[in-house]
Amino acid sequence: MLLWLIPIFPLLGFLLNGLFGRKLPKSMINLFAIGSVALSFAWVVKTLVGLGPLETKYIEHYFTWIQSGPLQINVDFAVDRLTAVMLMVVTGVGLLIHIYSVGYMAEEDGYYRFFSYLNLFMFFMLVLVLAQNFLVLFVGWEGVGLCSYLLIGYYFLEQYATTAGNKAFIVNRIGDFGFSLAMFLIFRQFGSLDFTKVFDAAKNMPSETTYGTLTIICLLLLLGATGKSAQIPLYVWLPDAMAGPTPVSALIHAATMVTAGVYMTARSAAFFMHAPIAMDWVAIIGLATAFVAATIGLAQTDIKKVFAYSTVSQLGYMFVGLGVGAFSAGVFHLMTHAFFKALLFLGAGAVIHGLHGEQDLRQMGGLFKHMRITAITLLCASFAISGFPFTSGFFSKDAILVAAYEHAPWMYWVGVLTAGMTAFYVFRAWFMAFTGEYRGHAHPHESPLVMTGPLMLLAGLSLVGGFINIPHWLEPMFPEKPENQMLAWISAGVGVAGILLAYLFYVAQRGLADSFAKAMNGFYTLVYNKYYIDELYNAVVVRPLVAISRTVLWRGVDAGLIDGTVNGVGTRSRGIGSILRLLQSGNIRTYAAWVVLGSIVVLIAIGFAGGSK
Amino acid sequence: MTLLDLVIFLPLAAFLLILFLPKEHVEGIRRFSLVASLAIFVASLGLIGPYWFGNPGKLAFETDLPWINSPAIRYHVAIDGISLWLVLLTTLLTPLCVLVSWKSVQKRAKEFFAFLLLLEFGLIGVFCAFDLFLFFVFWEVSLVPMYFLIGVWGHERRIYAAVKFFVYTMAGSMLMLVGITYLYNQAGTFDYAKIMAGLQNGSIAPTYQEQLLLFLAFFIAFAIKVPLFPLHTWLPDAHVEAPTAGSVMLASVMLKMGTYGLLRFCVPMFPVAARNCSGWIVTLAIIGIIYGALVAMVQPNMKKLVAYSSVSHLGFVVLGIFSFTQQGFDGAVYQMLNHGVSTGALFIMVGFLYERRHSLEIDAYGGVATPTPRLATAFMITMLASIGLPMLNNFVGEFLVLQGTALVNFKWAVFAAIGVILSACYMLWLYQRVFFGKASAEVSALKDLDLREYAICVPLIILMVWMGTFTQSFIPSISTSTAVILGPVDAKRDVHVHNGLPAALRAQRSLSLAKEQVDAR
Repeated sequence: MLLWLIPIFPLLGFLLNGLFGRKLPKSMINLFAIGSVALSFAWVVKTLVGLGPLETKYIEHYFTWIQSGPLQINVDFAVDRLTAVMLMVVTGVGLLIHIYSVGYMAEEDGYYRFFSYLNLFMFFMLVLVLAQNFLVLFVGWEGVGLCSYLLIGYYFLEQYATTAGNKAFIVNRIGDFGFSLAMFLIFRQFGSLDFTKVFDAAKNMPSETTYGTLTIICLLLLLGATGKSAQIPLYVWLPDAMAGPTPVSALIHAATMVTAGVYMTARSAAFFMHAPIAMDWVAIIGLATAFVAATIGLAQTDIKKVFAYSTVSQLGYMFVGLGVGAFSAGVFHLMTHAFFKALLFLGAGAVIHGLHGEQDLRQMGGLFKHMRITAITLLCASFAISGFPFTSGFFSKDAILVAAYEHAPWMYWVGVLTAGMTAFYVFRAWFMAFTGEYRGHAHPHESPLVMTGPLMLLAGLSLVGGFINIPHWLEPMFPEKPENQMLAWISAGVGVAGILLAYLFYVAQRGLADSFAKAMNGFYTLVYNKYYIDELYNAVVVRPLVAISRTVLWRGVDAGLIDGTVNGVGTRSRGIGSILRLLQSGNIRTYAAWVVLGSIVVLIAIGFAGGSK
Repeated sequence: MTLLDLVIFLPLAAFLLILFLPKEHVEGIRRFSLVASLAIFVASLGLIGPYWFGNPGKLAFETDLPWINSPAIRYHVAIDGISLWLVLLTTLLTPLCVLVSWKSVQKRAKEFFAFLLLLEFGLIGVFCAFDLFLFFVFWEVSLVPMYFLIGVWGHERRIYAAVKFFVYTMAGSMLMLVGITYLYNQAGTFDYAKIMAGLQNGSIAPTYQEQLLLFLAFFIAFAIKVPLFPLHTWLPDAHVEAPTAGSVMLASVMLKMGTYGLLRFCVPMFPVAARNCSGWIVTLAIIGIIYGALVAMVQPNMKKLVAYSSVSHLGFVVLGIFSFTQQGFDGAVYQMLNHGVSTGALFIMVGFLYERRHSLEIDAYGGVATPTPRLATAFMITMLASIGLPMLNNFVGEFLVLQGTALVNFKWAVFAAIGVILSACYMLWLYQRVFFGKASAEVSALKDLDLREYAICVPLIILMVWMGTFTQSFIPSISTSTAVILGPVDAKRDVHVHNGLPAALRAQRSLSLAKEQVDAR
C-alpha cells in the first residue's frame, strides 16, 4: 500500500519550498505546498478504500532504525481504525487550511517559509499517527513541536512571538521528559517499544490497584500528553501560541497537533485500562482543565485568546472521555472539534484579515453586514461547539458526558456546567463581533473565495459531522458505551441556556455585562488575568532557576569554589606562563625542537623507570 | 604497511613538508594544507571497508612492530569499530578547520597550519594505539600543538587559558604515566592486548588495592580531559580564548580522548574497580549534565555557552559508559561522534559570527536572521541537532544512553533526562537573542554565508541528518566492538544484582552468554 508515500509528499513539498522557495513565484510555491498535501490526502483515501473494513491492523516494515543489544527500533508504519480517523482528519482539514492560507498569507513576507514549515508539520503529524512503535511516534511528536515553535515565532522580528515560541517548545519539553521516561520504563518492562508487542503483553497483565509499573508508565505518558495537548499544569503555552499566523492556530493549535496527546492516550488504551489510578488522573486533569479554561475564556477580549482557551477546555473534555474509559468518545470529539474549532479559527482569521489585523473584540461589532459568509459559517461553528442539538458537537460531547455520568455523576454535572460556559463565551464573541454597531476604525471587507471556500466546507462538516458514527467504527478497538437520551438533552439544554444568556448580555441588554463584571469585580479580575498562573510559574520556577544558576552555580561554584581551590595551581601556572612565553619565538624550528626535546625527556624518564625493574 | 599506517603518518609528513615551505607563500601553504588534509580524509574513508563490507568485531589494519627494545615499546596500531569513527571524525574535521581558518588566520599562517596537521597526527594516533606507551606518546603529541594554537592564535587572555589547559592536562597525564609504568612493571609489556589477556587469565594479578589506585590514576587523567565535573573549569577558558579551529578540534575531538580512554582502558582493564566506583562517577556525570546546562544558560558569551553545553553533553557519554549496558556503551560512542559533529558545527558558526561582528558577546547581536538567512538556517539545524531533536544525530545517542541507564537504575535516567529539558532552554534562548528580533545598524550590514562557508556547513548538516536517520550505517560496527569490551565487564556483575535485573537486561545477558558459547565453539 506504500504507506510511506503519505508523509513523504509533504516532506518533498517542504524540501522544494524550503530550498528553492525564495526564488520561486507564488504560483509554484502554492503548487508544491498544496499539491503535496492534496496528493497525501488522495493517497490516504486510496489506501483506506483499498484496505476496506480494517478488521485487523495493517503493518508495513521499512528499515531498522536503531539496533543495540536486544533493543531494536524499526521504522514501521501501520493503519488501523484509529489511525484511519486521524489520517482523514489530518490530511482533510490540513488540506483545507493550506488552501485558506493562500489567501490569508498573500501579503506576508516569507511566504515560502510559511508553507515549507506547514508542509514539514504535515510530514511529522502523519509520521506521528502512522507510527507502529513509541519511538517513531516520538519522532512525529517532537517534530510537530518543532514546527509549532517555528510557526509561533513566524513573525520573528517581534519579541513576543519568539518568546511564545520558546515557551511552547520548553513547556512541551517538560512533557516530553515524561514521555521519554515512560518509553524507558516500557522497554524495561516489555523489552520492546513495538505497539503490537507491548500492548499484547499488557493485555495479559492484571489490573493494578496500587502504583505499579503500568500506573507509573501511564502517569508519565499523561505528563507527556498534558504538554502536547495543553492540559493542567502545562497548558500555559497554548494561549501564547496565538502569536503565530491564524491558519497555524487553526491547523496546529486547534485541529491536529494539540490532539496528539489524546491520540497517544487512546493508542495506549491497553496500558491505561490496566491502570485505573492513572485513568482517574486522566479524567480529573481533563475535567479540571475543561472547567478552569472555560472560566478564563469568559473574560478574554482578544478573539483568538477566547478560542485558544476554548481549545484548552475542549481538549479537557476529550481527556475526560479517555479517563472514564470512553476512548472512542474522546476520539469522536477530537474529530468534530477539528471541524468546528478549525472553522472558528479560520473564521476569526477572516475577521482579522478583513479588519487589517485587528483582534480585539471591543474594536469590532456590526460586522455581519460586511462579511456575511464569515458570519454565517462562524455561527455554524458556534452552534456546533455549544452542543446544539444535531450539530456535530452535540453527539460527541454528549457521548463523553454520558460516559462520565456512568463513571461518576458529579463529573457529568461539572461537564454540563462547563458546556454552558462554553456556549456563553463563544456566542459572546460572536455577538460582540457581528452584531450591534461597528466600533473600530478599519474598513471591513469579506475575504476572497480561496478563504471562504474552506470556511463553507468546514461549516458543513461542523453541522453534519456528528452523523459519522466514530464510536461504532472504533467498536472493535474500544468497547462502546451506553447511550442515555435524557442526559444528552439536559446538557444540550444547558448549552442553549448559555447561548440565550450571551444574547441577553450582549444583544438585548448591552449594559448588563459591564455591570455584572463590576459586581463580581474580584472574580472578573482573577479570570481576566488567567488566575496569574504565568506570573506564578515565573516567580516560582523561572526566575529562581536563572538567579541560582547565575549567582550560586556560575559565579559561586564555578568561578569561586572550583577555580578558587585550584588557585594555588593557577597562580603558579601564571608564573610558568610568563616563562613559557619566552618559548614563543615564532620560529617553527624552535617549536619542533621543543616537541622533540620533550618527547626525549619523557622517553628517558620511562627508560629509567623501566630499567629499574 | 597498512592503510592505517598511511592515515597515521600522512599528517606527520604533511606537517614536515609545510616546515620546508617558505612562509611568505601563505596562499600556497593554505592550499597545500587543504589538499593534504582532504587527501588524508579520502584515504581514511578506506578504513570503513572491513566494517561495512566485511567482518566487524575484530581489530582491523593491525600493525605490530618493535619500536624500542628496552623498555619494550611497540608500534602497535589497529582500529576497531570505536576507533574507526573517531579517526574519521578527526580526518573530516581537519580539512574543515583548514577552511575555517582560511581568512581568519593571517598571523604566522605557516606555523598555524603546520600545528593543525601535527594535531591531526597526534589525535589519529591516540585512537589507534594499542600499546599503552605509544598511546601516551600520541596523547602528549596532541597536547603540544593545541597549547600553541590557543597560546599564539587566541584572543586576549590566551596565555592564561593555554597554561591552564596545559597544566590541567599535564597533571592528569602524569598520573596516567605513573599508572602505565606501574602496569609495565607488573606485566613486562606495554602491549594492550597482552595486558588485557594477562589481567583476564590471572597472570597479571594486581591486588584490589592496586587495581583501585591504577583505575583512579587512569580515570583522573581521562576525567580531566572529558571534562567531568568538577574538573571542567579549564574548558570554558580554553574555548573562549582559542581560535575557531582550535575550539573545534578541542571540543569535537580532543575531549573524546578522555571518554575514549575511559572506554578503551579504564573500564575493561579494571572492571571491578570501575563497577565499585560507578555510583560516584555516575553522580558526577549527572551533576555535570544538569550543572553544565544551568551554567550554560546564564552565560553572556557565546563560546562559553557552547563550552558549558559540552560539559553537559559529555556527562551523557560518561553516564552511558558507567551504566555498563550495551545501549549505554553504544550510545556513549555514538554521542562522542554526535557531539563532535554538532558542537564542532556550533563553534564553526560562532566563529563565522565573530569574523563578521568581532564580538562573542550575545548582547552585541540580535536580528542576525534578517541579513543572513542562510547562516540562520544552518545554525538552527545545528541547534536542533544539539538539543536532541529526533531524525538528527544527538537524539539517537541520548536515547541509547538514557535507555541503557534506565535499565540499571531508573532514578539516574530521571535526573539525567532533566538535562534534555535544560538544553532546549539555553539553546533556544541563545538563538532568540542572536538571530531573532530587529537588526541594529551594525548587524544589518552583516554578510550571509559565502561559498567557502557553505562548503564547511553543508557536509556537517548532511552528516547530522544521516547520523540521525540512517543510524544503522554506524551502530552495528560500534556495537560489535563495544560488546567485546562489555563482555568481560558484564561478567563481573554481581550475581545478586543480576537476579534483580529487569527483563530487558536479562534478555541481553542471555543473548551475550549465548553468543560467547557460539564464539567458544
